Amino acid sequence: MNGIGSEMWLALVTCFAAIFTQNILLTTFLGMCPFTSVSREVKTAAGLGAAVVFVMTFTTALNYLAYKHVLLPLELEFFRFILFIIIIAAFVQFVEMVIDRYSPKLYQNLGIFLPLITVNCAILGASLFMVIREYTFIQTIGYGFGAGVGWLLAILAMAGIRTRLNESRVPEGLRGPGITLIIAGMMALAFIGFTGVLS
Amino acid sequence: MIDFFVTILIISSIGAGLALVLVLCEKYVVNYGPCKVTVNDEKELDVEGGNPLLTVLRDEKIFIPSACGGRGTCGVCKCTVKTGAGPVLPTETPFLTKQELADNVRLTCQVKVRNDLSIEIPEELFNVREYETTCTKIEELTYDMRRFRFEIKGGEMIKFVAGQFVQLVCPPYKGSSEEVFRAYSVASDPADDGCIELIIRRVPNGICTTWCFDHLKEGDDVRLNGPYGDFRMSESEAPMVFVAGGSGMAPFVSILHHMRNTNSTREAKYFFGGNSIKDLCLAEQMAEFESAVPNFTFIPVVANPDAGNGWSGEAGLVTEAVQRQYPDMSGHEGYLCGSPGMIDAAAKVFTGLGMPEDKIYYDKFA
Repeated sequence: MNGIGSEMWLALVTCFAAIFTQNILLTTFLGMCPFTSVSREVKTAAGLGAAVVFVMTFTTALNYLAYKHVLLPLELEFFRFILFIIIIAAFVQFVEMVIDRYSPKLYQNLGIFLPLITVNCAILGASLFMVIREYTFIQTIGYGFGAGVGWLLAILAMAGIRTRLNESRVPEGLRGPGITLIIAGMMALAFIGFTGVLS
Repeated sequence: MIDFFVTILIISSIGAGLALVLVLCEKYVVNYGPCKVTVNDEKELDVEGGNPLLTVLRDEKIFIPSACGGRGTCGVCKCTVKTGAGPVLPTETPFLTKQELADNVRLTCQVKVRNDLSIEIPEELFNVREYETTCTKIEELTYDMRRFRFEIKGGEMIKFVAGQFVQLVCPPYKGSSEEVFRAYSVASDPADDGCIELIIRRVPNGICTTWCFDHLKEGDDVRLNGPYGDFRMSESEAPMVFVAGGSGMAPFVSILHHMRNTNSTREAKYFFGGNSIKDLCLAEQMAEFESAVPNFTFIPVVANPDAGNGWSGEAGLVTEAVQRQYPDMSGHEGYLCGSPGMIDAAAKVFTGLGMPEDKIYYDKFA
């Protein structure tokens, strides 16, 4: 395959890998805080997950540009932690303000979750992985989107399980975060099953 | 060296650029203009739109209790928003019951002030605030109970209803690493509004009581907030029966002050339960109330009066003494303060003697 075509294919593979084999939540356990606290209801979890997909896709792309065109030429790679966090925070704030003002409906479904994930380590994690793994720009977009979708998938599954848990008898000491972490562990084991799908 | 400054310059200018975008955004996008918040249909507050209701109210000196500080995780900061709040957000639904949803109860930290709002806040929240006090007197009441007097600094007043409680802020000390809040009923005269008195019984290994008994000294600064709670005398004229032992005495001392201040002629009998004679306290003050409040009787009941101590009063359980005094309680009101076990036992006796359940008022120690 030639040029753009092969790069698109690579981005697609990266995206798929980020969803399944390298699921950011279940293989690196990043973004656990909102994962345990906001997974009580499927609807809320879906909203938060969608916000993560959105923010992750855009911030990894923005951070890629900032890294490639500002930090690398100036040899300031060591500043990436600070710069990435600033960009993520500013971006989230900006988007929140804009949709709060212009689209109440979208704000109700997506916007209210934005402040919750500004400091989500999965968001920063995705940007840092993108640097370590030396992705191209298109691959980065694929990766950011895939990592977000992977996170969404994991929290949706967890919310589904937890709704069922409401009916079951969980030992008292394990209720809430305790059983959630145990289930997250089992889900992580299950996701290992995807390893080897892509080599 | 030049590299060093260039680095700082670049990073700062990126930060400044992003900040500028946000500032402009704040100025032109998030500008909801002035809004009006109507509280309980009477008070109108003129506020700037764009912030959560919780912080808007805090700026107006109305303190809605909140444990998480406005992050939408504790679900404590509830209040009724009648109009203008928009649809219930998914961040709120996990904390609201069906009844609350029907009653337009919302989490104030999640409701943003975008337009004019009409809200309802329980009247007593207007009086809740924090007070800086000095501990001016510590009195030994029994071997494990003390009365503490806290005078409010700066000549400020605290307005409370007899029977309400305050939260004492117990600072970190050797053996406790963080600040904790503990609720104690006020035991002082509501008319004496420059000070608060609390009766505290030592709880073995209790964080706050250990501090009060072993660390707090006269002259120390203490913070407390309140008043809270709806335990108080009813507005009827029905004869009242108080039952409390130990530090459960506190709200009744305050209620008796109030009865004396208002020249109340309502009948009241106070059954004080103690294990042994050494648990009895404040006998002199009770005698004073008996002479100042026309229809008040103090009845100390001792469970195990050792022979030879010359105890001539009521003996046995406090509930037994109540049963001996009253064949029928259907026209009486019961007031209970103490541990959940004691309250449940006494309430059972009251209802057994014909007292309707809604005439039993209680203040359970959590």
